[in-house]
Formats: sequence, C-alpha cells, structure tokens
Amino acid sequence: MTELIDTYGMMLVRAIGVHTTYVLVSVTIGFCLGLMFGILLSRVPQWTPVILPIISIFQTIPGLVFIGVLFLWLGMAPLTVIIALSIYAMFPVIKNTYTGILGVAPRYLEAAKGCGMSPMQTLLKVELPLAMPMIIAGLRMSATYTVSWTVLASMIGLGGLGDFIYQGTASNNNTLILLGAIPASILAVLIGTAIDMLQKKATPRGLQKEAGK
Amino acid sequence: MIQFEHVCKRYGKVEILRDLSFTIPAGKFICMVGPSGCGKTTTLKTINRLISPEEGTISIDGKNIKDTDKVTLRRHIGYVIQQIGLFPNMTVAENICVVPKLLKYPKAQCDQIVKDYLEMVGMSQHANKFPSELSGGQQQRIGVLRALAASPPIVLMDEPFGALDPMTREILQDEVKNLQQELNKTIVFVTHDMDEALKLADIIIFMDKGQIVQMDSPEEMLKNPANDLVRSFLGKRLADSPAATTVESFMRTNVYRVSKTRGVHECTERMARNSIDTLLVIDEHKKYVGTISIGDIRRWGRDVETIEPLVRQTERTTRVGDEAKDSFDYLLDSGSNYVVVLNEDDTIAGIVTKTSVARSVAENLWGDIK
Repeated sequence: MTELIDTYGMMLVRAIGVHTTYVLVSVTIGFCLGLMFGILLSRVPQWTPVILPIISIFQTIPGLVFIGVLFLWLGMAPLTVIIALSIYAMFPVIKNTYTGILGVAPRYLEAAKGCGMSPMQTLLKVELPLAMPMIIAGLRMSATYTVSWTVLASMIGLGGLGDFIYQGTASNNNTLILLGAIPASILAVLIGTAIDMLQKKATPRGLQKEAGK
Repeated sequence: MIQFEHVCKRYGKVEILRDLSFTIPAGKFICMVGPSGCGKTTTLKTINRLISPEEGTISIDGKNIKDTDKVTLRRHIGYVIQQIGLFPNMTVAENICVVPKLLKYPKAQCDQIVKDYLEMVGMSQHANKFPSELSGGQQQRIGVLRALAASPPIVLMDEPFGALDPMTREILQDEVKNLQQELNKTIVFVTHDMDEALKLADIIIFMDKGQIVQMDSPEEMLKNPANDLVRSFLGKRLADSPAATTVESFMRTNVYRVSKTRGVHECTERMARNSIDTLLVIDEHKKYVGTISIGDIRRWGRDVETIEPLVRQTERTTRVGDEAKDSFDYLLDSGSNYVVVLNEDDTIAGIVTKTSVARSVAENLWGDIK
C-alpha cells in the first residue's frame, strides 16, 4: 500500500486536480451556454418539434468521435478538451432550461403580462424562478456526465484520471484501473451532492411546499 | 371612461368581435354576460391589449390605447384572472406588490400598501405565506388585491370567482362590490352567471356571437329583455307566472274591521291599541261600507254617537282576481296607503299596501321567497 502511494501518490493527486479542473471549467461554461441557448430557444416555442430532436441527436454523437475531430483541428491542447466537454455539458442544460421554461403554466404568464411585466421581467421574475428546479436537474446531469467524459481527455494525452484507466487497461493492471475509476466515481458523487444542496437553495420556498403536497 | 368604436377581431375567418361600439362610463361596475364563445373575454382582453383588434379604436378617457406602450398601459389597469395566477415563488406580500414594484414605488410605500390592503380583507397574518398555503378563496382575495395595489382607475376581471365554491363566491362578490364603491373604480367583470351579474352590475352588457345584444341596467334588463336568449339567461327571475299577478297574491288579510253601528270611543280605542289610523267599516251583512279615520273622529267625533255619519267611501277598491299591477300603480302614484280588496259579494278580502308592492318586486327578482 505504501509502495503504491509512493509510486503513484503525487501522480494521483495531480490527476485528480486536472480532472476536477476540467470538469468545473467545462461544466461552468456549458451551463452558461446551455442556459443562454435554452432561454433563447424558449422564446420561439413554435420551433419545439424541430429543436428537441436536434438536441437529442447531438447528445448521441459519441464523445470519442467529437474529441477526435477537435483534436485534428485544434491539436493537443487543454482547450480541445475544454471545448469538447463544454459542448457536451451544454446539452442537458439546454434541454432542461427549454422544457422547464415552456412548462411554466400559462396562467402565470397571463398574470405576469396582465400585471404589466415586460418580456424580460417575466423571464427573470416568473419563468426562470419557476423553471429553476428543472434547470438545476439539468446541471446535475451535465456535471455527473462530464466527470466520466473527462476520462477521454487522456486519450489525446492531456491527463486526468483517465491516464490511470488507459494505462491500466493497456498493461492489464487492475490496480491502476481502480486507482482511476474510484476517485472518478467519488468525484461524481461529490459533485452530485453539492448540486443537490444547490437545488434545495434555488427552489423557491413556495414551490417546495407545493411539491411536498 | 372606456370607449369602443367599430372594434372588430377575427381569428382566421372566424369573426370574434363584430363592429363593437359602446361606452363604459367611469366609476361603474360593468358585467359582461353571454354564452361561451360570445366574445366577452376577448372584449375584456382588448382593453389591456392582451388581444389587439384588427379594426376600430378603443380609447380610455379619450386617449387611444394604441398610443400608450403596452406594458405601461397594463400597469395602470388592474387584471384578475379566473385561474388566480398568484406567482407561487413569491409570498402574499410580494404578490400584492408586483405592480407597485414595477412602477418603482419606494419600499416603505409598498409595505404600507400590503398592510392596508391585507387589513381591508382581514388577512394581515398571512403576509409572509406562500400562495400554496392559502385556500382558494384566500388566494383569489389576494389576486384581487394584486390588481388593486397600484390604485388603477380601471380593473378588469375575467370570471374571477368561477372556480370558487358558492359560499366563498358570495362573500367575495360582496367584498368586491364594496371595494368598488369605496374606491370608486371602474370594474369590467366577465361572467357567464346571470345571478352574479344582477347582483354586482350597474350596467350589464349581454353579448352573443361577437355583438352586443343588450346593454342596460339590471332592472331594465329584467323588465325588457331584448330577445329570447337574454330571457333564457334571466330565467326564473322574470315575472311571467300568471298566478302571481293578481291582487289576492299580494294582499294582507289580517285587517281591522268595525261595524258601522259601533261608537266612536270604541273605534279610537281599537286604533290606539293596534297603532293604526284607519279602520274598515262593514254593515250588518259584513259588506264593505267605507273607512273611518282617526282624523275625522277627532274633528267631528263629539257630535255623533255611532261612527256611521263619519264613514267615507274615498278609498279605492278592487276585486279579487283583478291585476295587482293597477293597484300598485295607483298606490305609487297617488300616495295612498292601501287599496281595499273586495270579494264578489262585497265583503272584505284584504288590503294591498306598499309593503305588498315591495314583496312583489322581490319575488320577481329573486323568485319565491316565502
């Protein structure tokens, strides 16, 4: 055990750091983009039959393919990984923001309009707060996915916990595989828990009561 | 004052509003009634520009509403919807203050508004609750307060009490009517319930197929419904059952009779005991002779033994089976206190008084109240 720590300790800490950084940066970027696109798309609800299938198709393109293509184009740089992961992180958020906003009951929109809220005020004061639980659920999905997709980064030699897993599978070393897989799983659980806590905070109190009924 | 001039609205080829022109005076309670799809809600929503008509102009106090920015216009017109639509993410206080906040009122003033209005409906302790913690009736009270919060001169209500149970609805109707009179608002209130309209409205606008069928006061509408549809909406409140139009349905039968051979003192005694000023006088066959009044007794009572010389025949008489309307008209026009109703054989059946008129009116308005 001590031998293991001596050999891989520093490497493991570094890998966890790199992995976490990739996840946080790309999820943040992906969330912001996803929220923005989700809101923009929700302004044109008549396009729903076109937009939702397109989002679903994009989500099914394997990450491996995408990182490969970007690698050819941008070369071996952390930016390649960040861009690829951000785009993947974006989709669940777009989808949930979009469906969340469209799911706001028409009576609230009519009331908001009737009270004299501008479209922007309606969005900020009514639509986004009411869609927030759904949006955060999208963020959670996106973050946990991204933890596993980040493993792909090492495929183009850019580190992270994937290094251990690829080395382990290449050299048939189960210890190495576990050294990569276990921290990755823990990271996923931790991030998930953090977002659950955020969700409780972000859900308006009035809605919590309603959901609890 | 809200003025509609030649307003038309179509959805595709379907005409929803057909050349509507009418004027709503300020400070009145207007109810718009009609069958589903008659265009009453559409008409309401054109006032705060939630729906824009293709043709015609709508003006408020002489100013075309198209010249005012939509958002600004709506902030100055209260709006209550049937599904209540309180924002679930805001507290009661925040909901009430939505419009004042949009209008950038200072915080102290918002707090004052919340306090005053909640007090007015007796819900002060609920300020920090969320809509989901209130009953339906309480929620719609807050819905009404939200519409009133920034003191708009006009409030639009789209079947606001349609989803409430009958008891709660009654109470809220009374409250809204009181608020309207107290605050002198113009309220335009859409409903499909004629009872509600009759109870609340100063003016009822009855619509059908995108046109106004009748625009009248509730009284006038009850008296002269414009067509069969209006009549069917008014239903049982119309006076058309034949049994209730003759005098005997309305007369009082416990009247004080006295024989013409009785002495004046006895008569005065009976009048005093029953707090009345007139007695009906009958002869030995119980036939009606006339009336005797305290005034005549006081003037000439000393000179006579029996009341016979003092009996007058000036009171109007009518027969059982006659139309009550004639007697009512006479009572209201002449200022007399009663009409004597006689049977076939000239005996007294009863009297019709002004109280009878009131009862008849009430029965016509609200059906049998016995």
